[in-house]
Amino acid sequence: MNLLIGSVSMGFLLSLLTLGVFITYRIMGRLDLTTDGSFGLGAAVAAALLTAGVHPLIATVAAAAAGWLAGAATGLIYVIVGIDVLLGGILVTTGLYTAQLYIMGGGNHSLVGARTLPGIAEDLWHALRLPDTVVLGATAVPAALFSAFLVFAVFVLFSVWVLARFLRTDLGLALRAAGGNAQAARALGLDTGLMETLGLVLANGLVALAGALFAQYQGFANVTMGAGMIVTALACVVVGEGLLGRRTLRRQIAGTLIGTIAFRLLVAAAVAAGLPGDALKLATALFVLVALATPTVLARVRRHLERQEATT
Amino acid sequence: MTVPTLANAGARAGDEATLVLEDVHHTYFSGTPNEQRALQGVDLAMEERAFVVVVGNNGSGKSTLLNTIAGSVIPDRGRILIGGQDVTAWREWRRAALVGRVFQNPMSGTIPHLTIAENLAVAAKRGSRPGVLRNALGRERRRELAERARDLGLGLEDRLDTPVGALSGGQRQALTLLMATLVRPTMLLLDEHTSALDPVSTEQVVRLTERLIRSEGLTTLMVTHSIQQAVTLGDRVLIMHRGRIAENIGGARKRQLRVEELLDTFERLRNADLVDESAAEMVRRLYI
Repeated sequence: MNLLIGSVSMGFLLSLLTLGVFITYRIMGRLDLTTDGSFGLGAAVAAALLTAGVHPLIATVAAAAAGWLAGAATGLIYVIVGIDVLLGGILVTTGLYTAQLYIMGGGNHSLVGARTLPGIAEDLWHALRLPDTVVLGATAVPAALFSAFLVFAVFVLFSVWVLARFLRTDLGLALRAAGGNAQAARALGLDTGLMETLGLVLANGLVALAGALFAQYQGFANVTMGAGMIVTALACVVVGEGLLGRRTLRRQIAGTLIGTIAFRLLVAAAVAAGLPGDALKLATALFVLVALATPTVLARVRRHLERQEATT
Repeated sequence: MTVPTLANAGARAGDEATLVLEDVHHTYFSGTPNEQRALQGVDLAMEERAFVVVVGNNGSGKSTLLNTIAGSVIPDRGRILIGGQDVTAWREWRRAALVGRVFQNPMSGTIPHLTIAENLAVAAKRGSRPGVLRNALGRERRRELAERARDLGLGLEDRLDTPVGALSGGQRQALTLLMATLVRPTMLLLDEHTSALDPVSTEQVVRLTERLIRSEGLTTLMVTHSIQQAVTLGDRVLIMHRGRIAENIGGARKRQLRVEELLDTFERLRNADLVDESAAEMVRRLYI
């Protein structure tokens, strides 16, 4: 049960990462590799500020703002210099590696002893004189774990709600229009370069926010924790679409949340079944490959069968 | 010296024209072996509410002409004024505040994975700053958009939440036309907007085009491949040839214009080309 709560907590906070990648990959139609960099950057900024004694809420928001800057950098490289988002993202992520080392003063940064969001939640829990353990089914879940879960759930659900609202405003609609058909968007008076940049800013803010929450959940940040995050996020997007489909925006946004949680549970199950932790990245990459390739391969097989049928 | 070709009979000099092109030149791949002189000095003035049809062979420069007005091509030389404003240096999205546009490809003018209502909501904000906090599809806005969609007579008002990607080519072009005119454009540009459609849809879209232009009193420049459309639509025909306006048929001559006559004019332009080429050949033989 504790493993389950842990996986769901992790799923909640990482769903912000998935949502960020959903914005760039599905709404803007771009593969944004800034993701890896801004996840680590968010963690680094939050960790550095938390050890300096900054209030966890402020530290977390500052981390998101750092992500906005990273997204803006990739966007401006694209709009002003004309370098593709794919390459621009790689450049920014590479540069951010150094930025993270400077911010954290090294490759690792422990949060032991620092006040974090889960820490505040636990204090609040005790202040409210709630019981030390919560009985779910047959197991007693410690208050620390349960309160952390609650604070992440509230934080994430609120962020998702704000984003979902935003995408339905005029500006949000303009963003989706620019990502859906740049030519039509320009003919309808939208500055598509500005919209692309806005999309990247928004997405990387969410990713950095996820990074900041992740660091607080784990109790440390390190410079390599962003590596391969975009692939994990793609896996979650794919799982979410598999479960809820792509018919409406509401479903897709809910899909990022459900998909991430489902993916975390899948990972937990795989590890429990004996998958070595070192093999996790390879397994994730293969999973994304298979998930993205399956529709194409199926269509090809179907065409082949139809052709055979037609000739006989 | 530039002498604008007045596109409306009886237009007085000094009248504020809705569209003015002055000595517009454009060359693609300039300075390479693929150099292509698309526009070689185009002058044009269109009065408000004028409806001009442009025809010409492939490569005559008619699409480039339209693109320079829309801003997707910035000309090498010359000036472009729309509604009295010099827009020569304006980028495409900025010009869209003045220009409504329908493309040749039905896929080009709409956003496929947004719904009909969402597409219309984007079009309703053409030329104004998008709101950050307001819901783009509030009940009031939805009702207005449904009303406008009803005018098309295609039943789209009952399918407001359908993604546009699910519509047929004809339905999409009709929707694009509505989107281009939802906010009244100073200039409406139609770029062979029926050439990808089947005959029935073509007929439908042409009728809708005429109705919208007439009821809204729009100033329209339409490029077409169809000689039939050039004869029956609009109050002036321009024939583009080798990057210039070679013929300008308006007034009574346009009203009496028949398909045969227009085809004859094309033939004449082509023969003139052949004469040009044989003359060039003669000069070459004499002097080289």
